[in-house]
Amino acid sequence: MDFLIMNEGFPLLSTIVFLPLAGALVLLFLPGENVQRIWTMAVTSVTAAISLPLYSRFDLTTAKYQFGEHVSWIPSLNINYTLGIDGISLLLVLLTTLILPLCVLGSWTYIKTRIKEFMICLLIMETAMLGVFMALDFVLFYILWEAMLIPMYLLIGVWGGPRKIYASIKFFLYTLAGSVMLLVAIIALYLKTGTFSIPMMMGQDYTSTFQIWVFLAFFLAFAIKVPMFPFHTWLPAAHVEAPTAGSVILASILLKMGTYGFLRFCLPITPLATLSLGPYVLWLSIVAILYGGFTALAQSDMKKLIAYSSVGHMGFVTLGIFFLNKQGLEGAILQMINHGVTTGALFLCVGMMYERTHSRELADHSGIAQNVPIFVSFLTVFSLSSLAFPATNSFVGEFLILAGAFSVNKIIAGAAIPGAILAAAYMMRLLQHVLFRGPGRPDLADLNVREIVTLAPLLVFVFWIGLAPEPFLNVMHTSVDYLIQQVNVAKTAQIAMNIVP
Amino acid sequence: MLFAPELLMLIGSLVLFCLCLGQGKENLAKYAALVLAIASCILSLATLQMNGSLFFDAYRIDMFSQLFKLAISTGLVVVLLFSGELKGVDDRLRPEYFLFMILSTLGLMMMVSSVELLTLFIALELSSYSLYLMVPMRDDHGGMKMQMEAAIKYILFGVVATGTMLYGMSFIFGMTGTTYFSELVPKMHGLAATPTAMLAIALFMSGFFYKLAVFPFHFWVPDVYQGASNATTAFIASIPKLGAVAILIRITTMVAPTGGEAVVNMLMILAVCSMFYGNLSALVQKDIKRMLGFSGISHAGFVLLGLLTLKDTGYATSMYYIAGYVVMNLACFLVICKVSKNGENVSIDDMSGLYKRAPLLALTLLVGMMALAGIPPFVGFMGKFMLLTGALSDGHLALVILAALNTAIAIYYYLSVVRVAFCSPPEERPDVHVDLLTRCVSIALIVVIIFMGVAPKQLLAVAETAVRNINIF
Repeated sequence: MDFLIMNEGFPLLSTIVFLPLAGALVLLFLPGENVQRIWTMAVTSVTAAISLPLYSRFDLTTAKYQFGEHVSWIPSLNINYTLGIDGISLLLVLLTTLILPLCVLGSWTYIKTRIKEFMICLLIMETAMLGVFMALDFVLFYILWEAMLIPMYLLIGVWGGPRKIYASIKFFLYTLAGSVMLLVAIIALYLKTGTFSIPMMMGQDYTSTFQIWVFLAFFLAFAIKVPMFPFHTWLPAAHVEAPTAGSVILASILLKMGTYGFLRFCLPITPLATLSLGPYVLWLSIVAILYGGFTALAQSDMKKLIAYSSVGHMGFVTLGIFFLNKQGLEGAILQMINHGVTTGALFLCVGMMYERTHSRELADHSGIAQNVPIFVSFLTVFSLSSLAFPATNSFVGEFLILAGAFSVNKIIAGAAIPGAILAAAYMMRLLQHVLFRGPGRPDLADLNVREIVTLAPLLVFVFWIGLAPEPFLNVMHTSVDYLIQQVNVAKTAQIAMNIVP
Repeated sequence: MLFAPELLMLIGSLVLFCLCLGQGKENLAKYAALVLAIASCILSLATLQMNGSLFFDAYRIDMFSQLFKLAISTGLVVVLLFSGELKGVDDRLRPEYFLFMILSTLGLMMMVSSVELLTLFIALELSSYSLYLMVPMRDDHGGMKMQMEAAIKYILFGVVATGTMLYGMSFIFGMTGTTYFSELVPKMHGLAATPTAMLAIALFMSGFFYKLAVFPFHFWVPDVYQGASNATTAFIASIPKLGAVAILIRITTMVAPTGGEAVVNMLMILAVCSMFYGNLSALVQKDIKRMLGFSGISHAGFVLLGLLTLKDTGYATSMYYIAGYVVMNLACFLVICKVSKNGENVSIDDMSGLYKRAPLLALTLLVGMMALAGIPPFVGFMGKFMLLTGALSDGHLALVILAALNTAIAIYYYLSVVRVAFCSPPEERPDVHVDLLTRCVSIALIVVIIFMGVAPKQLLAVAETAVRNINIF
C-alpha cells in the first residue's frame, strides 16, 4: 500500500462522498418545498466547505494518493473500499463540490413539481460523482460510475423538455453499452494481477496485445462519456432536454469523468497501447474539434449550440491528454476545470432566460442587451471565456495544450488552430444575435439577486484562473510528472520492440 | 427437530385441508398459511446449523438444505404478504389455493434435502403437481380461458420434463447400481468420460432446467406467466427456481472436474442460448408478466454461468445470484399485484404515471427493474459481476463477452417499464391503494436488494461453507 498516504483521524474523503447521500436520506422525511430546497442548499454548501481543506492540506511534493482510506470490503475477491486523491483528481473534486450548490441555486424556481425527488436525485448524483473521482478500487469505481445513470435518467426523463423520453433513453443506453466492455476489461485485469486496486494495476508488464484490447475496452466506455466523435450523438439530445441543473452537471462534471478515465486508467495501466494508438485518438480529437465547431456554427437553439461547443472543447482536452507531455497534460486538466466553469455558467445563463421566455431559440432572444444588461454582461464574459479570449480561464488551458502540441506534432497543432477560430465564430454569432441584432424584449426582467449570486462565483473563477492560474497549476505538477514517467516506461519497451526484429 | 420445518408444513397442510372442507373459511385459510410460512421460516433458521440423516439416509439435513429451506420459506412469506388477498381467484377456491401453495413449498423443501434419487422424484412431483393445480385457479373474466391453456401447457411440459429426468435417473442407476447420492457421486466421477454418463447427467438435469426455465425447456414460461393469476405467477417465478438451483448444484457435483467437458460445454451453450433468447424476446413484450418470464429465462442462463465453473465458489455465487433474483422478482411482482385492480393482467402501459399514483410502488418497481438489469449498487450487479469474474477466471472469454452484451441488450426493456412509470402521464388510470403492510414489505425488499448488493461478504461466505460440505457424507 505504498502508493497511498493514509489519512489520520477524521475520514475526510468518506465524509465528503457520503454526506450528500445522508442528506438525501434525511430529505425523504422533510415536508415543505422551501424547507427541502434550503436543506439541499445547506448540505451541498457544507460538502463544499469541508472539501476546501483538501486543497489547503494537500502535499504538493508527492505523487502518492493522499487522504487515503482503505477498508476491506469483499475479501474473497480482494475488493477493497479505497479512496485517495492526487493532483489530477483534486481539482475535479473541488469543481464538483463547488458547482453543486450553484446548481441548487439555479434550480430554485426552475423546478416546480416534485422538488423533493429532484433534490434527492441531485444529492445521489453528487455522491456518485465524488466517489468516482476518489475511488482507487476498480469495482468501487465501476459501481459509482454506473450508479449515476439512474438519477441522471430520472433528471432528464421526469423534469426535462419536450423530447425528454428520447433523450433520456439515448443517454442511458449509450452510456451503459459503453460500460459493459469496461466491466469485462476490469475483470480481465483482475485475473492478470490478482487485485482490483487501481494503483497496483499500473506499471505492470502486460503483453502488448492484452494492453491494446484493454485500452480499446476502456476507450469505448470513456469515449462515449467524453464524448468523442463519433460517439457524441447522445450529447445534444441530453443537454437540450435536461433541466438546467441536469445540463450543468452533465456538462461540468459528467463529461470530465470520461477524460479523467483516460488519465487515470488508459495512460498508466496500458502505456504501450497509449503510445501505439495515441495518434489515432489525436486525429479523432481534431475531428471532434472541427466537427463540434462547424455544427455549433449552424445552430439556432442556444442550448444545442453550447452542447456542440462542448464536443469541441472536450476535443481540445483529449488532444492535450494524448500529446503525453507536461504542457499538454496540464493544459488538458486545467481545460477540464475551465470547461466545467465556463460551460456550466453558460447553461445557467440559458436556463435563466428559458425561465423567462420559455424558449431557447436565438431568434426569440435577439437584441435583449438593452433590456437585461446585467445578464448580458455575464453572458458576454462567459462567451469570451468559451472562445478562449486572453485573460479568461480557457485561454490558459488552450495555450498550454497548443504549446504542448507544437512540440510533438506540428501538423496536428496546425489542424487544431481552425478549431479556435470556429469557437470564436459561433460564440460571436451568439453574442451578435443577443446583443445587437433585433428589437429586444421590453417585458424581460433582469437578473435578481439569487441569479447574480449563482453566476458571480463562476465569474470570479473565470478571471482568477485566467489571470493567476498558478495556484491551480501548482497541484498538478508532481502528479503529471509521475504520469508521464509511467507512460515513458513503455516508450523504452516500444523502442526495444521496434529495434529487435 | 431435524425434520421440524417439513413436519410443521405437513401438519399445517392437513389443517388447511380441514379448512377446505367447510365454507366461508377464506380469511382463516389465509392467516393459517401466513402463520405456517412464518413458523417454518423461524424453524429453518433454528435448524440452520444442524446436521443429520433421516429416512434410512435418503434425506439429509445440513447447512446447504436448511439455507435453501430458509430462502424458500422467506419467499413464501413475502408472496403471502403481498398477494394474500388473492385478487382474481374465486372466493370458494381460496382455501384450496393456499393448501396447494403450502404443499408445493413442502415439496420444494423436501426436494432440497433429498439425497436419494427416488426421494428427489417424489418431492419434485409433490411440488410440481400442486403448482399444476394452482395455475388454472383463476377467475375467467376475459372469457378466453387463458388460464386453462396455461395449465395444460404447464402440465404437459412438466410431465415430459419429469419423464426425461426419470430416463436420466435410470441410466445413472444402471451405471452405478445405487440410487443414493453418497454412493453414486464417487462412482460417477470414476465413469466421467463415458458417453453414457454425460447423457445421463444431461437428461437428469433437464427436469430441473424445466423448473428453472432454461432454454430449450422454457416454452411454458410466457404462457403460464401470462395465464396464471398474479399471485400464482409471483410464486412460480421465484420459489421453485430456488429448489431447481439447489438440485442443479447437487447434480453438477456429480460431474467430475477432469472428465466433464461435455457437460460444461452443454451448460455453456444452454446459458448463451437462454440469455439471448430471453433478452431478445423480452424486448417486444407488452404484457409485463410475460416480459418478466422472458427475463427469467435470461437470468437462468446467468445462473448456469456459475454452475459451469465446477468450483465451490461458482456454486456459492449461483446461490447468491438466485437468492438475489428471487428478491428482485418479488419486488416487481409486488407492484404488479397491487396495480392490478381485480387480478387482471397488467400491461407495461398500465404502469404509466405510477410515480404520481403510488410513489412508493414506483420506487419499488424502479429498484426491482434496475436491479434485474444489473445496475450498481443493487444485488443484480454484484451477482452478475461475480459470475462473470468466476467464468473469466476459468478462461471462458467469449462467454463473458456475450454475457456482458446481453446485459446491454436487457437494459432496454427494463428501462421501458421505468420510463412509463416515471416519465409518462397517468392519463385516466385509476389510483392505486397501498396499505401499511404493503409499504413495509416494499421498503423491506428495497433495503434487502441494496444491502445484498453492497455487503455481499457474509452471504457469500455462508453460501460457500454450505456448498463445500454437500458431498461429504
